[in-house]
Amino acid sequence: MKLTLKIWRQQNTADKGRMVSYELDDVSPDMSFLEMLDILNERLILEDEDPVAFDHDCREGICGMCSLVIDGTPHGPEKATTTCQLHMRKFKDGDVITIEPWRARAFPVIKDLVVDRTAFDRIIQAGGYISAPTGSAPEAAAIPVPKDDANDAFDAATCIGCGACVAACPNASAMLFTAAKITHLGLLPQGQPERYDRVTAMVDQMDAEGFGGCTNTGECTAVCPKGIPLETISRLNADLLKAYRG
Amino acid sequence: MRDVSSVTRSTPVATRPRPKTPSSAAGPLKRYRSSVGRKVVMAVTGAILFLFVITHMLGDLKAFLGREDFNHYSYWLRSVGAPALPHRVFLSSLEAGLVVAVILHIWAAVSLARQARRARPVRYAARPKVHENGYATYVMRYGGVVILLFVIWHLLDLTFGAVNPKGENATPYDKVIADFDPARWYITLFYIVAVILVGLHLRHGLFSAVQTLGWGRQGRYPAIRLVADVTAALVVLGFVAVPVGVTIGVLK
Amino acid sequence: MDELFTEGAPIEDTKAPEGPLEECWDKRRFGGKLVNPANRRKLSVIVVGTGLAGGSAAATLGELGYQVKSFCYQDSPRRAHSIAAQGGINAAKNYRNDGDSIQRLFYDTIKGGDYRSRESNVYRLAQVSVEIIDQCVAQGVPFARDYGGLLDTRSFGGVQVSRTFYARGQTGQQLLLGAYQALERQVAAGTVQMFARHEMLELIVVDGVARGIVARDMVTGEIETHTADAVVLASGGYGNVFFLSTNAKGCNVTATWRAHRKGALFANPCFTQIHPTCIPPSGDHQSKLTLMSESLRNDGRVWVPAKKGDTRKAADIPEDERDYYLERIYPSFGNLVPRDIASRAAKNVCDEGRGVGPGGLGVYLDFADAIARLGRDAVAAKYGNLFEMYERITGEDPFDVPMRIYPAVHYTMGGLWVDYDLQSTIPGLFVIGEANFSDHGANRLGASALMQGLADGYFVLPNTISDYLAKGPFEKIGEDHEAVVEAREAVDSRIEKLLSIDGDRTPDSFHRELGAVMWEYCGMERHEVGLLKAIERIRELREEFWTRVKVPGENEEFNQNLEKAGRIADFFELAELMCIDALHREESCGGHFCTASQTPDGEALRDDERFAYVAAWEYTGGAPVLHKEDLEYENVKMTQRSYK
Ligand SMILES: Cc1cc2nc3c(=O)[nH]c(=O)nc-3n(C[C@H](O)[C@H](O)[C@H](O)COP(=O)(O)OP(=O)(O)OC[C@H]3O[C@@H](n4cnc5c(N)ncnc54)[C@H](O)[C@@H]3O)c2cc1C
Ligand code: HEM
Ligand code: SF4
Ligand code: FES
Repeated sequence: MKLTLKIWRQQNTADKGRMVSYELDDVSPDMSFLEMLDILNERLILEDEDPVAFDHDCREGICGMCSLVIDGTPHGPEKATTTCQLHMRKFKDGDVITIEPWRARAFPVIKDLVVDRTAFDRIIQAGGYISAPTGSAPEAAAIPVPKDDANDAFDAATCIGCGACVAACPNASAMLFTAAKITHLGLLPQGQPERYDRVTAMVDQMDAEGFGGCTNTGECTAVCPKGIPLETISRLNADLLKAYRG
Repeated sequence: MRDVSSVTRSTPVATRPRPKTPSSAAGPLKRYRSSVGRKVVMAVTGAILFLFVITHMLGDLKAFLGREDFNHYSYWLRSVGAPALPHRVFLSSLEAGLVVAVILHIWAAVSLARQARRARPVRYAARPKVHENGYATYVMRYGGVVILLFVIWHLLDLTFGAVNPKGENATPYDKVIADFDPARWYITLFYIVAVILVGLHLRHGLFSAVQTLGWGRQGRYPAIRLVADVTAALVVLGFVAVPVGVTIGVLK
Repeated sequence: MDELFTEGAPIEDTKAPEGPLEECWDKRRFGGKLVNPANRRKLSVIVVGTGLAGGSAAATLGELGYQVKSFCYQDSPRRAHSIAAQGGINAAKNYRNDGDSIQRLFYDTIKGGDYRSRESNVYRLAQVSVEIIDQCVAQGVPFARDYGGLLDTRSFGGVQVSRTFYARGQTGQQLLLGAYQALERQVAAGTVQMFARHEMLELIVVDGVARGIVARDMVTGEIETHTADAVVLASGGYGNVFFLSTNAKGCNVTATWRAHRKGALFANPCFTQIHPTCIPPSGDHQSKLTLMSESLRNDGRVWVPAKKGDTRKAADIPEDERDYYLERIYPSFGNLVPRDIASRAAKNVCDEGRGVGPGGLGVYLDFADAIARLGRDAVAAKYGNLFEMYERITGEDPFDVPMRIYPAVHYTMGGLWVDYDLQSTIPGLFVIGEANFSDHGANRLGASALMQGLADGYFVLPNTISDYLAKGPFEKIGEDHEAVVEAREAVDSRIEKLLSIDGDRTPDSFHRELGAVMWEYCGMERHEVGLLKAIERIRELREEFWTRVKVPGENEEFNQNLEKAGRIADFFELAELMCIDALHREESCGGHFCTASQTPDGEALRDDERFAYVAAWEYTGGAPVLHKEDLEYENVKMTQRSYK
């Protein structure tokens, strides 16, 4: 396949950045999207040009490191699929593909397509945990958890923290990410003691980081590679209301 | 013992942005300033406005029962509670409540829209694809402004009569008939467009309010969306009925 | 070739107390010195790595009150490679009442490791395993539950008891998020300072004692020195020396290799686990391999065309022209032979030219019979999401055409040598998780790496390190200390060198070539001629690397190729040691199959007479020195495996 890539190039956070076009021949449909960029980079190095920086690590859809907006859609056209799991057979010969970084004030660009997502870590620091210091745990079987709750908690817990939800949201809101954690911990008996403090603190931190507010558009769930459901946001809202009412 | 750890680095370790006043330390009302809190304000005030819109619509439809009924309803509104309450006290407090709701609703809407704008300083080069209801933010925000303008015009028109062809002293029924005279088709058209925007606003707004108040669950979404869609459609039909009735001559 | 290695004095673990195994850990904890809680905050520990091992250790040390600095190369500690583990985690809870016990988990692990691990460590691992599950559940890890709401388990990796706890196919992710959240809680509490996007490039050793690290801030390129009272390495495995593996792209040996160069012995480097059911490479562009759950072999039948060079489509090959080679060679175990045997058999048929798919690197795993027998729906219910993943990657639907699978490097049992306290041969340097060599011998059982990582991090290290830290207060080391300056300068000049070569080959091109050599000669089957050839080739390639590599850009920026080049440089040195280790071990055991040591019918033949030891290698700059730690088995009897 022959492709034209329009890629966001930005030297560092301070740089203004711009779109640059590259032509690529000989792209095999069996390549993954990132392998296609590897090929481009190998060529750029030998041509004495700066290779394109992009984040990636596991390349199997679980670490949450890869993060490209492909033709306006975070993680590209295939549903429930991370960028690293996307393969070139989803594209056609002659396609022009636009590749951009996640766009949000809370995710400043580090270089090219790489952004700083430590805001997510700080939201977790604010309360996205259960305080259970090592050694203090009761016997694991002591508290049964209804299977349905365990399943729903698991579904929410599969969030990989990639940030696609923020990238897709018209408000650059981090609600789906935050709500996934609130839901995961809030559904388990172990998460109850800190439940209401957790939600207040995490929402405050989310605001302090400069994310937008949620307007329930559902764009986030449409691009989420793990299919975190919209109801997590409503569960967060319910918990927060309860916390505010005291 | 001394502190034995040292680092050499010129770049400071990023300090964590702290919430200005954490909700837990803020007063019971100030808490609602968080992004979700403002959404709750929006949902509750939106719900109040929605109830008003529904009553208003039912009242409007009385036009089809005839001039007397309509004018009487209008008069009744001003004298509820009489003789216990002086004339218009009930209506005025209702109006005051509505004004407060509108102000809070708009405050929340504007501050959230500004927060959202700040949250994405650089836009995408590729037109972001809409996958779900992303369009709603535009409908709600720009549509909201149009609704506000409409409401102001509407008040000047029918409540104060300032821009009504019949002036402020006509009966409500006459004002309405004068308003939607076929010759003033553009007014009717503006009215219809505005009402459709209210409908779209409610279509997303009702769904959104349910979600914001914490009742959204995967299994309930189809039903919630259906109710929101049907209600919005009924509101549009209900409000459009009177002007269209006047224009085509069913009401005179 | 010159002498490849020399032999030095034997070594032994001196920390495990004498006496019955069951009492060992209690005795050690009682015998070790403690640090008064008030003094802990004056003591500092560096933890490199935030996987299950490093994340849990940093969190726990923070909870205890030490000042901790935690490092990882990803943008967030939550992304460490542990996140990718699928299957589950073992624990001797015996919730099923099926005869499990600490003793049995211990026995299974020793036997699974082909009798090349240390009894005392493995016994402790089995003991601690039960606490891990308690800890994780308390943190909110959503393990699978049964209808009564109690924890579900499954049996895994060919053992007869059901002791593997799991969270659907994402156990590693859920366990890691538990540790990550505990870690972030400590970051918020101020006991742990997090340095993400920081790569450790050198160990700082002062008077023979580990006192800090040199790290590069991967965003700004700044070279930083961090000093502390103890250093913990939890930097994971080195499977990426093969270029293609199931490891994340960033997995590297740099942290442990730098420590090795500073004096830490490297144990059993050649012990590599190769997993039989991975998706085969689809071409030269392949950048990594994806693991498919081994459970597929329960219902799929493995075959290749009987004839060489048969290019017909699978469906066009009649039944009598197919070779179901596992069923043919191992009639009693069939498609369910252990990992190493299945892997080696696949390689053999492909070497014979009977492999299928691109480059002839693949064998069929066919579900046609299972679909006919159980029905499409039943197969979909069991393997649906695996089939989807396969289709996403290959574009082929396993319901229509047989899956293609090929073995891939998956885990490295070797690592830095540690004693019972998990301390390396450099005092003050502790090594935990996949980075050490400790518990899996020559072969790791399924679901036991997660167990080991968390055992080390939550329960073992925090207890053993206090015995060391109690020796404090330690002398303050300033950044102008000679050893610190020297370590820093070494890093600076290495980076400068890499950037200045400006040759005509990309770092990845070298890595691919090195990987191919390692896979060919130090992969599933090793023999003297091949290994000698490999050593020669690695040396040439390394030479070439240092004269022809082209690293674009500069140090003072986000530079992914500079990161790669540094890691590859260390892989070259490790690769040579792996080959030497493989060459010297003239026996077949676990992940190491030496063609010179096999039974008449071609099965692995262990040589307990000569090789029942841990090979711990010392770095000299020239030929490495071999130190043997003899393994004594007082509680289990050594037996030979057989699967015919
Ligand atoms: C696909 C796959 C599936 C698996 N499934 C299972 C399973 O089902 N059950 C099981 O028990 N085991 C499984 N394993 C094995 C298991 O996942 C790993 O052995 C284990 O998670 C290793 O944990 P760790 O903490 O030692 O290292 P890792 O999780 O690899 O963490 C290494 C850490 O070190 C950091 N690091 C590395 N080098 C540097 C450096 N130079 N400077 C700074 N930081 C550095 C990294 O950033 C990272 O934080 C699987 C492995 C793979 C590849
Ligand atoms: C006719 C009167 C109005 C009614 C009945 C109404 C009703 C509602 C309701 C029910 C909501 C949902 C609240 C939630 O998301 O939880 C809402 C949201 C909103 N309203 Fe109104 N509203 C009215 C007028 C206005 C006006 C005048 C403006 C603007 C100036 C406005 C702007 C908004 C905005 C921006 C939202 C947020 C939309 C989103 O979630 O994306 N509304 N409204
Ligand atoms: S909620 Fe989905 S899109 Fe958002 S960070 Fe988690 S996995 Fe990514
Ligand atoms: S690289 Fe790990 S999820 Fe894509």
